[in-house]
Amino acid sequence: MIPQAQVAVIERLRSDILRLEGFASAREVLSAVDLGPLNGAFPNHTFPTAAVHEFISATAEEATAASGFLSGLLSLLMGNTGTVLWITGRTHVFPPALATFGLQPHRFLFLHLTHNKQALWAMEEALKSPALTAVVSELRDISFTESRRLQLAVEQSRVTGFIINRSPKAGTTACVSRWKISSLPSMPIDDLPGIGFPQWRVELLRIRNGKPGAWDVQWRNDRFTYPTESQPPVASDQQPFQQAS
Amino acid sequence: MVQRFVSIWLQYFATDWFSLHQPERKQRPFVLRLPSHGRMIVTAANAQAEQSGISKDMALADARALVPHLDVADDEPEKIQRVLAKLAEWCIRFTPYVALDPPDGLLLDVTGCAHLWGDEERYLSDIVQKISARGYGVRAALADTPGAAWAVARYAAQPGVVPPHQHVSALLPLPPQALRLEPAIAERLHKLGLHRIQQFINLPRASLRKRFGVPLLQQLDRATGQEWEMLVPIRPIEPYQERLPCLEPIVTATGIEIALRQLLETLCLRLQQEQKGMRTAVFKGYRVDGKTEYISIATSRASHQVLHLFKLFELKIASIEPGLGIELFALEAPVVEDLVPAQEKMWEVGGGLNDERLAELVDRLTTKIGSGAIHRYLPAEHYWPERSFTEATSLCEEPATAWRTDGQRPLYLLPVPERIEVTAPIPDYPPMLFRHREKVYKIVKADGPERIEQEWWLQQGQHRDYYRVEDEDGNRYWLFRLGHYHDEIFQWFLHGYFS
Repeated sequence: MIPQAQVAVIERLRSDILRLEGFASAREVLSAVDLGPLNGAFPNHTFPTAAVHEFISATAEEATAASGFLSGLLSLLMGNTGTVLWITGRTHVFPPALATFGLQPHRFLFLHLTHNKQALWAMEEALKSPALTAVVSELRDISFTESRRLQLAVEQSRVTGFIINRSPKAGTTACVSRWKISSLPSMPIDDLPGIGFPQWRVELLRIRNGKPGAWDVQWRNDRFTYPTESQPPVASDQQPFQQAS
Repeated sequence: MVQRFVSIWLQYFATDWFSLHQPERKQRPFVLRLPSHGRMIVTAANAQAEQSGISKDMALADARALVPHLDVADDEPEKIQRVLAKLAEWCIRFTPYVALDPPDGLLLDVTGCAHLWGDEERYLSDIVQKISARGYGVRAALADTPGAAWAVARYAAQPGVVPPHQHVSALLPLPPQALRLEPAIAERLHKLGLHRIQQFINLPRASLRKRFGVPLLQQLDRATGQEWEMLVPIRPIEPYQERLPCLEPIVTATGIEIALRQLLETLCLRLQQEQKGMRTAVFKGYRVDGKTEYISIATSRASHQVLHLFKLFELKIASIEPGLGIELFALEAPVVEDLVPAQEKMWEVGGGLNDERLAELVDRLTTKIGSGAIHRYLPAEHYWPERSFTEATSLCEEPATAWRTDGQRPLYLLPVPERIEVTAPIPDYPPMLFRHREKVYKIVKADGPERIEQEWWLQQGQHRDYYRVEDEDGNRYWLFRLGHYHDEIFQWFLHGYFS
């Protein structure tokens, strides 16, 4: 049994280590993204901004689900003044649809690049610019070295980066987290027939200094709602993840 | 030292300019016209037309009555004045001090210039010869005052050089309008029988002022040189250009970078002082073997930030081939815009579209990737999905209308709808299953149809009936049927993915 005095010391040391690793403490983050039950999974109970997050999505359906969840996240991140650069590859984002996620589509810059190398260069360049709130990039693949360059760029500028990784076999990366979003049957509205509110299975496969988990998340009336509490991550066919750094 | 002035009179300037490309117009009566109070007025007539009795300010109908086969063109007064300003700039070869004398003349302060041509006679004949070689009829005179030169150029029988201190005697036989008087005053002088300047130049000044007002005395004093006349010289626009010659030919990338940085610093300092910023810039390297290497950049908003512009050039420096060496560097800014410095904020409020750093990022991306890759969209008032947004022209352009949120739209839209095969139970019902790229999707839930008609004033074609469908796994799609169900040919398409 650890004495009460030492608990406080350990707690302080832990937060010091997190700060040295580049995570902002909850007090430092002015516009904390509140994700309800998901908050418990993150270090300091705060969604890590100024970091690069990776979304695994091999198929177009998974990429769309990831973009939907991402759009919800962005609406929390952007506020009224933010700007986002969205690098699209094989798929084309339909700007008017972003408005249904409470976003202002004219605050988005879209960059259409089909070459993975160009997209990586553009993403790194954009992540260095503090004028942006976030950078979203659809990539065909990313290596460990490339992802580390992105992480270094982010630490200077405090921009949040999101990678939609379309590679069917995603390797190890230096990204702070790895997510997998898949669609769930939509929730009917008042038992009416037809399609209801979009619902996703959000799997946080890996998070540095946090606890992975899986949740059901809905987008309802311009905000996230959580029909169920945290569950253990489903057994996936993904390879085991080792600590990146 | 006696001051000397040249007055150049381009007698038929406007018609001559219109005749430059059609020389045959000089041989026949030719006039310019402009509408005025519901009729056409002659604004300029060439020598042939004037011989036939046509004069300026005559109604075009009257002129046509005099000369039935009159050649007529629409006058462009602003353009003519621009041509005159160009000609004035060209005249800087004769003297650094050239003033415009609208509508059809130039005044040159040539004090101390004529001896370079030998003497004043040769100087003046050179001016006349060079200008008439450009296709303009010209009369020019050289005298001690601008007023005297003006009068002699227009009203003397033989305009030419008036020797120093003799300008008053040259004025004496000329009519009163040679003093640049209002037509009303000149007419009154004629009515009183004062047809020549010598008849009234020695009259008591008090009575002249009483009868004709102060302007007559002022113009008289200006012509005789008793009152100083100020000419406003034209100032040619200095191009935004800097040059850097090198003692020894430069071959290394570092050397090129140093040269570029130095040129940028001098040019940006000048731009900053004039509150301007460059939109495009060209960096040239003149090689020893006579070839020119150049790289160019463009910015999305005017900038005079050395660091930012250098970064843009830096991406392209590798494409310069120095060969045996570059001996001269030049930096030009062909397109320059006003740049009013914005007030700096006390604290930074996160980004926004007006952020300078965002514009700099866009510049870097477009320099490397090309201007066609980056897009920003604004809402457009169309229901047809492909037309429901337009491209913004600038970073700061705000949407004129709100984004529509009433209809559910897919997050990913296929650039071209893809054909699918569909099984539907009853006409106008949503499909039960569809096949796309050899994969069968079984539909569980569906919404629709939502009919979107073609805008016939933009494009002809059939309407689309859109369905939102959800398959067994919970993936959602946007399908549509082109055309009516009972038509002979109708097709189903997949158009987008919902999140």
